[in-house]
Formats: sequence, C-alpha cells, structure tokens
Amino acid sequence: MDNRPKIVMDSDGIERCLTRIAYEILEKNKGMDNLALVGIRTGGIYLAQRLQKRISTIENGKIPMGILDVTLYRDDIAKSGKKAPLGKTDIPFDLTDKKVILVDDVLFTGRTIRAAMDALIDFGRPKMIQLAVLIDRGHRELPIRADYVGKNLPSSLWEAISVHLLEKNGKDEVIIEEGT
Amino acid sequence: MIKLGKKDILGIQEMTTDEISLILETAESFLEISTREIKKVPTLRGKSVINLFYEASTRTRTSFEIAGKRLSADTINISASTSSVVKGETLLDTARTLEAMNPDIIVLRHSAAGAPHLLARMVSQSIINAGDGAHEHPSQALLDMMTIKEKKGRIAGLKVAIVGDILHSRVARSNIYGLTKMGARVVVAGPATMMPRDIERMGVKAYTKIEEAIADADVVMMLRIQMERQKQNVFPSLREYAQHYCLSRRHMKLTGLDAIVMHPGPINRGVEISPDIADDPACSVILDQVNKGVAVRMAMLYLLSGGNE
Repeated sequence: MDNRPKIVMDSDGIERCLTRIAYEILEKNKGMDNLALVGIRTGGIYLAQRLQKRISTIENGKIPMGILDVTLYRDDIAKSGKKAPLGKTDIPFDLTDKKVILVDDVLFTGRTIRAAMDALIDFGRPKMIQLAVLIDRGHRELPIRADYVGKNLPSSLWEAISVHLLEKNGKDEVIIEEGT
Repeated sequence: MIKLGKKDILGIQEMTTDEISLILETAESFLEISTREIKKVPTLRGKSVINLFYEASTRTRTSFEIAGKRLSADTINISASTSSVVKGETLLDTARTLEAMNPDIIVLRHSAAGAPHLLARMVSQSIINAGDGAHEHPSQALLDMMTIKEKKGRIAGLKVAIVGDILHSRVARSNIYGLTKMGARVVVAGPATMMPRDIERMGVKAYTKIEEAIADADVVMMLRIQMERQKQNVFPSLREYAQHYCLSRRHMKLTGLDAIVMHPGPINRGVEISPDIADDPACSVILDQVNKGVAVRMAMLYLLSGGNE
C-alpha cells in the first residue's frame, strides 16, 4: 500500500473553493448586511481573512472579522495536563444581532465547533450562526453540520488530514496521510 | 502541546525561563476575558481552589479569588483569624483536613518561609505560594514582569532598580530571581539595615543611595515598608526614611527616558513614593500591575490544573 502523503487539493483548488463559498455566503444571506466572519485559530483565521477579502471585492464593502481561540471551552481540557498554547481571542465588534459565519479548516468530530458556539454566545446574542469549512472529513460525534463546505473528503479515522496555508506553512495544499 | 512541568508553583528561583515565558504568554491571552461583558469562561468548571491565608491580604487574595471565579472554579477563602487556626490547629493538620475534602488547588500565604514547600510535600493537591515570609512571592514577580514586558516591549537588557526594604521583601527576592533569569540588569538600593549582607550573590548591584540606583533605570520598583515585619527598629523614623528614599518628582530626572514606576501595594503615601508620582499616569503603572495580576493568576491556575498524563 502507498503510505506517502497524498495531495488532495492544491493551491488553485483551495482558491476556487473559497471563491465559491464567498458567493454562496452572499447568496444565502442575500448580500452582506449584518454579516460577520469569525475564524477559529489558527487555520480558520487565514481562511476567514481570505473570505473577507473576496466578499469585499464582490460587494464593494467591508464586513467585520474576529478571531476565536476555543481552548478554554474544550470538553477535554480537564482530562489532560498537556494543553495547546493559548492564543488570543479578538472579537472587535458587537456580535448581537449579527449573522456570524464561523470559519474553520477541517470539520471532524464537531467538538471544536460546539466549543466555538459556546464561546460566541458569551460575547453576545448573534441572530444566527453559520459554519463554513474547507474540508468536511466526516466522523461527527455531535449533531453539527456545515452550511458551506469546500470539499467533502470521506476519510478513515486513522488517516490524518492537514490543511497547509500560505500564511503559516508557506504553501497552499490539503494533504491526507496514514496516521502514526 | 505544552505543559508546565510541575505540580506546584512555589517560587521563581526553581523556575526555568521557558516556564516563566509560558506563564507570561498564557496570561496575555487571559487579559481579554476581563474586558468582556460576561467575564467568565467554563475552563475550570467543577474544580475547587482554596485560598488559605495566614496573613492579611486584600489584593492578592481578591486577585486569586477573581481569577478562579473567571475560570468557573469554585473558590473558598479561609483566613487564619476566622478559622480553627485560632483554636490552635497546626498548618499541617489544617492542610490534611482540607485535603480530605478534595480541593484541586490550595493557594497558601504564610508568615513562615518554606511553609508552601512543606505543604506541597505533604498533600497531593497543587500548591501555589501566595507569599511565604520574606522568601518568595512568585505571582507578584510574574505580574510585574508581565507589566514591564507590556510597557517596555521586552525584559532582556533593561535596567531595573528595586528600592526600599530589600531585607524583608519577598517581592524583591522573587523579582530578582525572575528579572535576572529573563536577562534584565537589576540594581537594589536601601538603608544598610534593610540590605541583606549577601545580596550581591543574587547577581545584583547594591547601593545605599536611591539616586545611584535609579540612574538611567528603565524601571523603578519601590517596595513597601513592612511595619509588621519590623521587629527591631531598623530606621529611626518614617520621616527620616522618607527624606532619603521617598521617590519624588526630582528623582524622575535621573532615570532613563520614559521610565516606569512600580509598587506592589499597598502604598504608604509620602513614605515610599510621593502622591504626585504614584498618581501620575505618565510614569506610574501601579494600577496596571493590579490589572495584570488577575490574568497572571488565571494563567497559573489554568496551567496547574488538568490530569497527570
């Protein structure tokens, strides 16, 4: 069997997905009124920034964007002494009555999104929360689904899916490999 | 993944620079929570933190309590004057009694140096030293380093002058350990009767005149005169102390440009620091220190809780 990492989406593929998602967001919400983007650390931040840029080009205006670190809301934090480094949360606008689009790179068990929704609601009462992801790999453990999906990628539990982005990895690609 | 490699936080002396940086960076992310309308995250839900204070304290105890509550931990305050300590119970018996009630973290302040270290060996809970005698006060040094880092952008390469009662000051000792580890140049000044004889072995330069110590300093840290620890008279009168060591406007010409003035509180106005300096937003960062204190203590509680994997 071939164990080498396999590229399942290249730079052009990621760009096209984001362009389509930007149009889908505008179509579903009938424009950009009251929209706001919130990227989940760290991959989601860069995807949200790119969506923000596309939406402002298409509609000729700017929608607010925030950054969310969900570490403090995770359900597995008490079990483990090891922790992911805590990043800053920065939501520089009032969420109340906004239609918030949560943005993440990979949707897997849904637990991160559960944590993110709890965090958002601590900041205000959004009119609506929608979810945009680049990759949906299945294996949900909670009743959560994405409103906008770049690519559905059925995967095995032992496979690892990594989204590499120009802003943090120097290169745009999605790869799938055998887990260790 | 990151991990603080300890069960307890007892002092800055036994901490590595990586551990100090980890706490400071984590604390920076916690600052934002105190600016929210709902100042609470669910992280330590179901954990209990006992604040066991054998000495009077307002800001440290309140700060630990607020830190615990903002992380959703249950916080319980016990002060010696209103507990079974007045009935003659020893520290160890009190600790074992508390241990039997299964708290997760015990924050201890005690007048005896080493009391938290003793407790850490005897009970299974995590112990945080909130000040032990004249030994260490790690959370104060961490919040001071966080304030310096925010105001000056760095710690390494700065000149920090610590002025006052060095002998009785756990704040001075923890700050000297921490600041020198992080690469700052530390000098101290105070009356000869308040200066430990071997202080220069801690890697600092000692002066008796405040003017010499604060020359070109980036940070001036004034210490409280600790009336409760003055068993023997180490200076003739408060007035005479103030004449020689009270930081006032004229001193600010000697310091480096944009020097900041710190004080761990509570302030004896006109003794350690003149009111116009203490209240001058251009140089005084005393209230910033209090603000950072909550975030630093949230980081300490957060990093100490969790399993033992």
